[in-house]
Amino acid sequence: MRQLCKGNVAVVKAAILAGCRAYYGYPITPASEIAEAAALYFPQVGGTFIQAESEVAAINMVYGAAAAGVRVMSGSSGPGLSLMQEGMSYLAGSELPCVIVDVMRGGPGLGNIAPEQSDYFAMVKGGGHGNYRNIVLAPASVQEMAEHTMLAFDLADKYRNPAVILTDGFVGQMMEPLELEDNEIQPPDKPWAVKGTPETRANLLSSIYLETDELEEHQRRMEAKYMRAQEAEPRCELCHTEDAEVLLVGYGIVSRVLLSTVEALRKEGVKAGLFRPITLWPYPSKALVETASKVQKVLVVELSNGQMVEDVRLALNGKVPVEFYGRVGGNVPSVTELQQQVLTRMALAV
Amino acid sequence: MANESVIGVMDPEVKSEASPEVDPKVNNDGYEQVHSKSPVFYDLYERKSELKHQTHYCPGCGHGVVHKLIAEALQDLGLQDKTIFVSPVGCSVFAYYYFDVGNVQSAHGRAPAAATGVKRSCPDKIVIAYQGDGDLAAIGTAEIVHAANRGEKITVFFVNNGIYGMTGGQMAPTTLVGQKSTTSPWGRRPSNEGFPLHMAELLATLEAPAYIERVALSDNKNIMKARRAIRKALEIQRDGAGFSFVEILSPCPTIWGKDPVEARRWVLEKMTPTFPLNVFRDRRPEMPAGNEKENVPPQRPVADVLGIIPKQGAHDNSKPKHAHHFRDVKIKIAGLGGQGVLLLGQLLIEMGMREGLEVSWLPSYGPEMRSGSAHCHVCLSKERIGSPLISHPDVLVAMNEYSLRKFAHEVVSGGIILYNGASIPADFTAPEVQVVGIPAAEIADKLGSTKAANIVMMGALLEETECLAPGTALSVLEDKVKKLDLLEIDRKALTAGRLFIDEQAHIGAVSQPDGFA
Ligand SMILES: Cc1ncc(C[n+]2csc(CCOP(=O)(O)OP(=O)(O)O)c2C)c(N)n1
Ligand code: SF4
Repeated sequence: MRQLCKGNVAVVKAAILAGCRAYYGYPITPASEIAEAAALYFPQVGGTFIQAESEVAAINMVYGAAAAGVRVMSGSSGPGLSLMQEGMSYLAGSELPCVIVDVMRGGPGLGNIAPEQSDYFAMVKGGGHGNYRNIVLAPASVQEMAEHTMLAFDLADKYRNPAVILTDGFVGQMMEPLELEDNEIQPPDKPWAVKGTPETRANLLSSIYLETDELEEHQRRMEAKYMRAQEAEPRCELCHTEDAEVLLVGYGIVSRVLLSTVEALRKEGVKAGLFRPITLWPYPSKALVETASKVQKVLVVELSNGQMVEDVRLALNGKVPVEFYGRVGGNVPSVTELQQQVLTRMALAV
Repeated sequence: MANESVIGVMDPEVKSEASPEVDPKVNNDGYEQVHSKSPVFYDLYERKSELKHQTHYCPGCGHGVVHKLIAEALQDLGLQDKTIFVSPVGCSVFAYYYFDVGNVQSAHGRAPAAATGVKRSCPDKIVIAYQGDGDLAAIGTAEIVHAANRGEKITVFFVNNGIYGMTGGQMAPTTLVGQKSTTSPWGRRPSNEGFPLHMAELLATLEAPAYIERVALSDNKNIMKARRAIRKALEIQRDGAGFSFVEILSPCPTIWGKDPVEARRWVLEKMTPTFPLNVFRDRRPEMPAGNEKENVPPQRPVADVLGIIPKQGAHDNSKPKHAHHFRDVKIKIAGLGGQGVLLLGQLLIEMGMREGLEVSWLPSYGPEMRSGSAHCHVCLSKERIGSPLISHPDVLVAMNEYSLRKFAHEVVSGGIILYNGASIPADFTAPEVQVVGIPAAEIADKLGSTKAANIVMMGALLEETECLAPGTALSVLEDKVKKLDLLEIDRKALTAGRLFIDEQAHIGAVSQPDGFA
């Protein structure tokens, strides 16, 4: 049965179904409902919730819990994610799985609390130090906030790597129907974890490799697993792309506005289609190339000054003209505004 | 020197030919055979890339002694299999070379946070955070204070050598006044660097910690005290009694530029006057169980907590129930915080969902709400909803004049504005839009609560647009409004709103809606 739920709350409910029983976080708008829901729900199902003294502490608590082999998560927004970067680098370096939610808001600095998509570089390209990747998922609805959270736990465990739910203030704050199955997942056993048992006594979780060759070997191993993820995990959604002449590309809340834009454009006889990346890393480049090969123009729309567009351009490598339209500061473009952008760019302005 | 042997077990020159059979206990007088080694240490330090027989610590380094005392205590207490050691960034970053226990290496200063995550995941295990003074008293000050304040049931061994060892001798927060370091080349000047930080005393101001003691590796007598303190700290954790912390004044001969014997003397003569040896806390607080002031969270089945199991009498909302006469309706509701603007939107989507529609609700959030105004976007649709953000609503519910003037221009031509007010402001015009004034506040007031004005507006909205069934509204109100007297007012408010529109239509003031095709 469907229940109404906020995006931020859906994340927590799904985490519990994914077998996660540990949440360490610090409040920040527009992500606070994640911590609040975790504080309310986790202790009732035998889980741990701690409001840490900072996001620095929170991510290191996540590190400790992940090392102990439990499914663990945290959530925050831009400023908090900035503080978590060191810890996320350590998590990746020590190959520890966890799920981190970034409900993006306006930046840089304190910015504002309205939605932006300006943490793309930080999350997708890796905001911490060193060679590593985050697995990044981009939900666009409350239902997906839940589904992607469950998927993120699986991917994090599969690749022993942090997985990020990258979303924005609108998706976090909005309410929609949520359908959850009464089917709780038993998290996988992690023989590599340090659990204070005779069997795990010999285990070591560390990111320090003093010898240059050792560190190189460690990184090559990480690279190999990232290559595997790149093969197996890209996900995307296509809408009305079969006969599309102009392809609109956007993720998260923008993809929702773009879907309405595509429908509005089609009513006016413009053959528009939507390409919505679901995984931002690994980026669904192959599918994008296939889809875009048939169109005349690609328009990337973001709530940023042009971050994801770099991955679109990398993928298409000059084969199709790629244009960009961005709004920042917390402004979200309207359907009419985007319709106009497309019409002008297609030289079909009415 | 026999004295040396106590320290010597972890000294680099000492080969580890130790056989585990040899009883590694320190004798009463603190003396011990050089070649004994605790089985809590690896026989051979395989994790080191070379010189696997010896440690990486300098001769006379306090870390080696502390390691040995910890290993010994773990063995004596039979805790080796249960122990998880969180090593810091600092000279002891490689503690995992030596300790044959579960090992986790953490970021600079964050060992207490990492240990918190470990301990909360394995509450019946022994979790040790081992930290230097740069690690604990500088970069990790927040983490240690808060772990202690939460009463984490971990043990922290704090090796205070008054200097940054690993990075080559920079000033630490514990560097003595006048003590030279590479970043206090004229000696620590309180006017510039402040005074040495007393962590044991600082933590002793907190309520939660069970045990805080400062000891020194200065001479046999004090090493014996350190040994007892380390053991006691671990016993406290074993018994689940609370946070235990031992600060250990410790020689760093290399950076201090002293030989091991001088260095130990320096600990006694120079460090202890600034850092007095003492037991600062030794009580086992009843934390947190047994505290009558605490509410214990109820334990409930997951499906209940997550709202998955349909409650008795709940509606199946997976399929459309009514023949809705529209494809979608977009409603914007705006007014002041406290007027029930966001709630009205939530009630509408609850109704829409129960009628099997796709719905979305997008609120204004944050400071805007604090400054007084609030609005939300409500979409009801038979199909998947694209943008939940409404630039052009079919219906605007304006709960105050400000919202009326601010958002009226957004309404689509042929759309409707429902305004909370008996009369529309004289200078207000909205061409191609039907504007209906409803004295919702007055109606609600007469019914017993001005707060029900939003429900009056809901009645008006349902009657005017016929987008949702009034019966659904009633059942949603019955489920959501817990207080019976308020529910009664809301019921009447809903009817009053509907009747008002009905009467207006009869006197010809309002044309019937043509629906949202
Ligand atoms: C974020 C960060 N900043 C700085 C460093 C460099 N660093 C490594 S160890 C250390 C100081 C360690 O001193 P202390 O904790 O006193 O331990 P000791 O080496 O004396 O045992 C510093 C500054 C680091 N590793 N990480
Ligand atoms: S530098 Fe100092 S703290 Fe580091 S190993 Fe040498 S003596 Fe020990």
